[in-house]
Amino acid sequence: MKYVDEFRQKALALKLATKIGDEVESGRQYNLMEFCGGHTHAIFRYGVQDLMPDNVRFVHGPGCPVCVLPIARIDNAIQLALEHGVTLCTYGDVLRVPAGDRRSLMKAKAEGADVRMVYSTQDALRIARENPGLQVVFFAIGFETTTPPTAVAVKQASAEGLRNFSVFCNHVLTPAAIQNILESPEIRDMGSVSIDGFFGPSHVSSIIGSQPYEFFAEEYQKPVVIAGFEPLDVMQSALMLIRQLNEGRFEVENEYTRVVSRHGNRKAKAIVADVLELRRHFEWRGLGTVPYSALRIKQDYAEFDTENRFELAPSSATDVKGCECPRILRGVKKPVDCKLFGTVCTPENPMGSCMVSSEGACAAYWSYGRFRGGADASRESAA
Amino acid sequence: MKTGARRFPVRLDVRRGVVDMSHGSGGRAMAQLIGELFVEHLGNEYLYQGNDQAAFAVTGGRMVMSTDGYVISPLFFPGGDIGSLSVHGTVNDVAMAGAQPLYLSAGFILEEGLPLATLEAIVASMAAAAKAAGVPVVTGDTKVVEKGSGDGVFITTTGVGVVPEGVSISGDRARPGDAILINGSIGDHGVAIMSSRENLEFETAIESDSAALHTLVARMVEVAPGIRCLRDPTRGGLATTLNELAQQSHVGMNIREEAIPVAPAVSAACELLGLDPLYVANEGKLVCICPARDAGPLLEAMRSHPLGAEASVIGEVVEDADGFVQMETGFGGARVVDWLAGEQLPRIC
Repeated sequence: MKYVDEFRQKALALKLATKIGDEVESGRQYNLMEFCGGHTHAIFRYGVQDLMPDNVRFVHGPGCPVCVLPIARIDNAIQLALEHGVTLCTYGDVLRVPAGDRRSLMKAKAEGADVRMVYSTQDALRIARENPGLQVVFFAIGFETTTPPTAVAVKQASAEGLRNFSVFCNHVLTPAAIQNILESPEIRDMGSVSIDGFFGPSHVSSIIGSQPYEFFAEEYQKPVVIAGFEPLDVMQSALMLIRQLNEGRFEVENEYTRVVSRHGNRKAKAIVADVLELRRHFEWRGLGTVPYSALRIKQDYAEFDTENRFELAPSSATDVKGCECPRILRGVKKPVDCKLFGTVCTPENPMGSCMVSSEGACAAYWSYGRFRGGADASRESAA
Repeated sequence: MKTGARRFPVRLDVRRGVVDMSHGSGGRAMAQLIGELFVEHLGNEYLYQGNDQAAFAVTGGRMVMSTDGYVISPLFFPGGDIGSLSVHGTVNDVAMAGAQPLYLSAGFILEEGLPLATLEAIVASMAAAAKAAGVPVVTGDTKVVEKGSGDGVFITTTGVGVVPEGVSISGDRARPGDAILINGSIGDHGVAIMSSRENLEFETAIESDSAALHTLVARMVEVAPGIRCLRDPTRGGLATTLNELAQQSHVGMNIREEAIPVAPAVSAACELLGLDPLYVANEGKLVCICPARDAGPLLEAMRSHPLGAEASVIGEVVEDADGFVQMETGFGGARVVDWLAGEQLPRIC
């Protein structure tokens, strides 16, 4: 596969591994948080941790879109499908996310709700066009990467006068979440968790650019390297972070120059700004209420806002007792620290959201077996 | 009574007709459907007898029997259809015991409103697959359900076969040190189905690998009668099959990603859709576990057969009380290859 295999070459990986091994200072611990689930997935799928020295540890962050979706919003989606009888379209992983009372969209579908998995907003628009008798709701989730297609869909629906289409907007913002993690008491006050540097998101940054990270690199004195999602990207970025730490620098550097620029995709940002605006606050699973961390549909397009079209009862659902997803999402705990992990919570029967998507830390741990005894696990617990 | 034409004054209107409830009622309409459509295409001495069962002589030794239901959507896909698939799948399940498949049965559940032309195309394809495989459909059944209670057509086929003397193949026989082989590239079937699903706007030239593997198996057991396990990695893909075998045999497995053949187009499609080819379904692949000394001759025999041209040794069986399948990634790291969780794609076979 051209343009992909180049970033997965074993010979280059081994070369980089040697270089990293040469440059890390012995006696020093490097805790590097990858914000994005895409990085988490790459690290596990390709076995990148195996190629790192013992004192470099990947801390898995909250950047998995379905993992941070609060239960209340999934309950709302189920309510839309079951009680309001809408045709609910969404991305695949969302279907399995556990909601309140052990429900999920998948189970709602089995009960007769019209829930459909789509690969793009265009599929949802098509369903609305072809079925004027249906009320089609696109359950929009995700970080800045998936936001522009949602904005485009709203504009298209508006231009076509597609009155049986609306968007249940749950888009969230990356910089706000990173700042929230850095402000969390475990990191800021207690110092019980140390995060030395960040792998910056790759796809998200292709939209927003590298500039938004400059503030907190400076403010919190943490280096950030925007990293591509391929395993060699992760290794090269780890080397760049290690060099910054060794040299006492805390800058925003860009490893993913083949896609990301400082200002990102201006056209995409303009479309988003035309259709969506900041919410004052939004509830994140794991992080709690985060100010100015999510988007909603602007008044001009209120007609296509599901929250405007349907009455949604607030949900009082809470997370499953004992589930450590909130702490795992902040990097405070590891999946293996959770009592539910691998006992009652598995990918077949997820109790917490981190076990749902392959980008979730728990699912990645479980599926790729980093926790399963042997040298790897002892190395991690020693770290 | 080779055709039912003489029994029914007006022939079945296959071109414009549809299945209705009377086709499953047990009356004349059903007899006509069976005679003019099923027997017409699948016809053989057993079906011509018109009995509710097929009687055939059995040889000595061990027989195997296997059954499988087919509910695939869409009914027609690049490289096959539900008819040919229902023959290949069951022939393969029988063959995975090292057996020579002999006979098939076929049960059809038809949905009211199914165009007879569609049904005929499926039955014709089934007949062609059975003929090519040399395994006749000797008995069958037809039921019709109300519109909305099915999805066009569901087929269940059952196969019987005989195991050659001296062959003893079972999923619990893998031993540490054994070699693990596969007959070709993985993921073709799943990606072909995905590309033909209408809600995925995605077109590739990939065709399903759906094929009857019994002649390949016959060649393999001839060369290496000591083969320990054979299994076709259908739903759940190669990863799930290896995990099943590891669990049944109480062993672990080490495989090498670089040794597992994946067609570039499948690899690209999986990349785009976020799928792992290890978990994507196959319908013309088999995993073989054999004593290490047999691996060389077996590989050569497989490669000389059209369905094994890309055969490869992908790893070995190791001792492991936990029964984990581990993989050396193409990148140089290592990871566990777990069972498939949830579903990658529903109704693929």
